[in-house]
Amino acid sequence: MARRVGICAVAQTTWERDKWSQRFQGMALEVLEDLLARTGLTFSEDGGIGMSISVSDDIFDARTISDNAMTDVLGAHMGCEEKVAQEGLQALYYGLAAIRSGHVDVVLVLGHCKESQPASRNQVTHMAFDPFYTRPVGLDFTAAAGLQAQAYAARAGVGDRHLAQVVVRARQLATRNLKITGLPVVTAAEVLASPLLADPLRELHAYPVSDGAVGLILAAEERAREITDRPVWIAGVGNCMDSFFLGDRDLASNFPLRQAAARAYRRAGIDHPQNAFDVVELSDQYAYQQPMWMEGLGLVPAGGGGAWIDAGGPEAARVNLSGGMLAGNPLILGGLVRAAEAALQLRGEAGDHQVPGARRALAHGVMGPAGQFHTVAVLERD
Amino acid sequence: MELTPDLRDCFTVPGKLALPYTYFAGRIGSRFLLALQEEHRILGVRCAGCATVLVPPRATCDRCQADLADTWVEVGPAGRVENFTVVRYADRHVPEPVPLVLALIRLDGADTPLVHRLGGMDPEAVRVGLRVTAVFAAEPRDTLLCIDHFRPLAPQPSAAGPRPQGG
Repeated sequence: MARRVGICAVAQTTWERDKWSQRFQGMALEVLEDLLARTGLTFSEDGGIGMSISVSDDIFDARTISDNAMTDVLGAHMGCEEKVAQEGLQALYYGLAAIRSGHVDVVLVLGHCKESQPASRNQVTHMAFDPFYTRPVGLDFTAAAGLQAQAYAARAGVGDRHLAQVVVRARQLATRNLKITGLPVVTAAEVLASPLLADPLRELHAYPVSDGAVGLILAAEERAREITDRPVWIAGVGNCMDSFFLGDRDLASNFPLRQAAARAYRRAGIDHPQNAFDVVELSDQYAYQQPMWMEGLGLVPAGGGGAWIDAGGPEAARVNLSGGMLAGNPLILGGLVRAAEAALQLRGEAGDHQVPGARRALAHGVMGPAGQFHTVAVLERD
Repeated sequence: MELTPDLRDCFTVPGKLALPYTYFAGRIGSRFLLALQEEHRILGVRCAGCATVLVPPRATCDRCQADLADTWVEVGPAGRVENFTVVRYADRHVPEPVPLVLALIRLDGADTPLVHRLGGMDPEAVRVGLRVTAVFAAEPRDTLLCIDHFRPLAPQPSAAGPRPQGG
């Protein structure tokens, strides 16, 4: 039986529209110092952090292999350092594998992103497409999400009014999250009147451009119990990658998320996910994704997204009490922040949005156009 | 937060990533693009493993790993709009004019729809199921834009002339 891996501490900066006066290294340092203070860990080879995994995106950073420019912040000088240039929840998966394999006992995961650095986030995601077939027609992640929303909304009975409800709730919850600053509450009327970006997506349906950093300390069970009295166990992780071309996929089918969730549930020993979670943190980059990903996770009946919102489902299922990505986390960090928020809930440290006695949580990350790649993590406490 | 840092005399520096590249179009891609450019023919490949005609063509089926070399079939130039969105923001990478209709168009004889722009009609009148056909570029191009755009097969009531920008 492979050894268990626990999240021992989490830290994050505030999430803001434009941290113009901080470099990405500085944001990461703020998180690192917080994690070291919480755990008392060092980078000593004798029981300290044995491996650092950074999460960053070269195009948002505007330099390639940007982790090379922050060896000090990662404790990586003369040490073991890895970089994940994929959705941040993958770094947690990577750290889990490193510890379960017996290679290391303690892992630092540290992600940063300044979406405000490029003039346009859509120009950055445009670069995810190939230069022959999909870039020339102007695709970016917003346009791809528009195509997916169009395909999904009709099938699930999700209308403009439902999407407005999702945004209003996220913005309201964000006021209770001390890490979210400068994000105004909105009314349903304001959402319904906000300009269309890519039909049926409106400006207020999209996650706000955000800057910040997030980190976690992972450790093997025996070390985790020494570091903290409230470790959060990673019970199971699963991921799935769908085809590259949008036309190769059924955009409304949730195929890759259903696969990723099934893998995570199987590894966590969960047979009936419908009532398995006290808290759900999912990566809703656009409002339609909250009901759609809930269907894909098997927590809402397929095609039932609209009815779920009408019935007050998001509140009843304790979905994204942190505000979710709609409250503002950068593209590559959404899933990692979800894991951090879920861990805070299980540690009883979620402040004004704490769910009393939460024992098991789900964290979800997504990357690629129209939900091409999903990761699901199941987290538990003793 | 603790102390507010002293930001007097601090500043930001403008920068830009602009890197010229040369990409190999691939053996399959070169043949596909040449057929578009020189013959105005749209080619797909047929996977014997899953009985699927794939457009754009590729060397390997990512579902069953079958080798798709020399399985060419001609598709289109007409097809059906399976899904669409209307991109309403202008940006450097978004072809003008906006609003831009990006549609998933399933060409006749193909199983996988292709994303392309749809022109020659009022964006507000686009519907799933619309029959469209390829309009080839007058000048040679080296990407999918050898097909400049798709237009409705039957004349649309409000299809006259290019739309005014920002409309």
